[in-house]
Amino acid sequence: MKRASWLIPTIYIIFLMLPIYWLVSMSFKTTNEILGSFTLWPQNFTLDNYRVIFTDPSWYMGYVNSIIYVCINTVLSVSVALPAAYAFSRYRFLGDKHLFFWLLTNRMAPAAVFALPFFQLYSAIGIFDTHLAVALAHTLFNIPLAVWILEGFMSGVPKQLDETAYVDGYSFPAFFIKIFIPTIAAGIGVAAFFCFMFSWVELLLAKTLTAVAAKPIAATMTKTASSSGYELGLLAAAGTLTIIPGAIVIYFVRNYIAKGFALGRV
Amino acid sequence: MLELKQVVKKVGAETHIYSANLTLEPGSFNILLGTTLAGKTTLMQLMAGLEKPTSGEIWFNGENVTGMAVQKRNVSMVYQQFINYPNMTVFENIASPLRVSRISEDLVKKRVGDMAELMKISAMLDRHPSELSGGQQQRTAMARAMVKDSDLILLDEPLANLDFKLREELRDELPRIFNERNCIVGYATTEPTEALLFGGRTAALHEGHVVDFGPTGEIYRHPSSLLSAQVFSEPPINTAQVTKSGDRIILNEKVSWKADKALPDGKYTIGIRAHHVLPKKENKDAVAIDGTVQVAELSGSESMIHFDAYGESWVSLSHGVHPFESGQEATLYADVSRSFYFDQSGKMMNLKAGGA
Repeated sequence: MKRASWLIPTIYIIFLMLPIYWLVSMSFKTTNEILGSFTLWPQNFTLDNYRVIFTDPSWYMGYVNSIIYVCINTVLSVSVALPAAYAFSRYRFLGDKHLFFWLLTNRMAPAAVFALPFFQLYSAIGIFDTHLAVALAHTLFNIPLAVWILEGFMSGVPKQLDETAYVDGYSFPAFFIKIFIPTIAAGIGVAAFFCFMFSWVELLLAKTLTAVAAKPIAATMTKTASSSGYELGLLAAAGTLTIIPGAIVIYFVRNYIAKGFALGRV
Repeated sequence: MLELKQVVKKVGAETHIYSANLTLEPGSFNILLGTTLAGKTTLMQLMAGLEKPTSGEIWFNGENVTGMAVQKRNVSMVYQQFINYPNMTVFENIASPLRVSRISEDLVKKRVGDMAELMKISAMLDRHPSELSGGQQQRTAMARAMVKDSDLILLDEPLANLDFKLREELRDELPRIFNERNCIVGYATTEPTEALLFGGRTAALHEGHVVDFGPTGEIYRHPSSLLSAQVFSEPPINTAQVTKSGDRIILNEKVSWKADKALPDGKYTIGIRAHHVLPKKENKDAVAIDGTVQVAELSGSESMIHFDAYGESWVSLSHGVHPFESGQEATLYADVSRSFYFDQSGKMMNLKAGGA
């Protein structure tokens, strides 16, 4: 029993890593090899797939577009959610609890519900196919989430900290920027992470609200059919590159997320 | 001089402070004594300007400051929780009230250094508050409160979250630290002993009412009302209904004693503090009370005996170890010459005897 105790975690990790390994390994194979035979690792190791992505603007602009609207969205969501979360955590006002709950219910509707109104609205006001369009659409889901996460962190900070700062002579904005934001930096990190991730993986709205100029990578990936059939190697390389930003962000906020889980809001 | 004039604080339908009238003299040490929820913190927030009174006025040095923002008043506050800015070092924490008023860097360094020395945290200046012990965190908070020359320093149970040793240590230091300053100090506590230790003036609070205010010793020895005596007694003061008739005070058919001539006939409530009810007769005026022991708590040097007598529960606090067992019949001696007499409205009757 003791000797086999490494076995279950190992099997678990293999199961977790297998699809990722398969994706990465495919990205180094030629499409012929992928379709032709079952190989555990690339027989004809090639970087061609990556070369295509990094040289063809229709590919790499997909990443650039995605990153632009995801960053706009993250900044927008967190900066709007900060004062809102502060109000929810510090003040009692008429219907505050209902409003807080209503915010969350925004997340319960599938994105598809909002695709049509957004499409029509943005076309009407002329921001269709811009990064801002996607970023704004994603705030619909991300602001409630960020408010929810930040409120939890803020409620963990005693109200006396605010009062001490006022007594010391800080104005509200000075207190908020110099003391409060650094104090809940972990919460902001967690909220930003979730905003980033949701925006990064969301496909439907991003695809509906863009055509060419702001087309996200996920939409580019759906158009890999060519005269020679599906270019699976290219697709795998694109997929591998799509995982990387998320992995990087997770690496930076991993400690904050642990804290967030400990506080029970994530 | 800080004056509260008929200050009322209501939150929703609840009244937190009922018409408080207090005058705090410059350079005075004022204790707000009361149990949890008595309104100590609310009163302090009103004094500091963190809360606005629902009605009434607050005056400072002849100026009406009722609606003035807290930033514009020269006040400091220390809380029961150790409140420091977690993102700043101890030095920056202490310096922060000075930074707001834009004082030269040299002067900031000097003032922070002096204050850190006074509070004995000079060695910790480069650390963050999370790297300090509770006592050091509270010392930092106090240093920050005192680094600017506040007109009013408010301390809301600053020692309550510290462990016993540190509490004793800071309790000894505080009067010395504040003696040198000419500011008004407000100090909230739940412990009558702490109030007696600091002296100064005490305001006894009970459920939002300021029931008594005056020099601490005076309030302790001559509480103006039953409520005041109850707030200022730990363990709780013993009370019983008595009748004055002729020259006797009658507790019941078995227990009575000689009355003070100045007391008119009628029904009264007496209050006797626990340390005047003893297991041995040490005073010739002491009256025997027969009862049943409920619990006897013996610490090393003191015995606290809870007992039931004549349908009331009584507490006796005495020096030395007096072993009693639960359920045991016992006779204890109440020194009635040290008792307070309150009329039916709870007002203290002014007699020459009584007290402490």
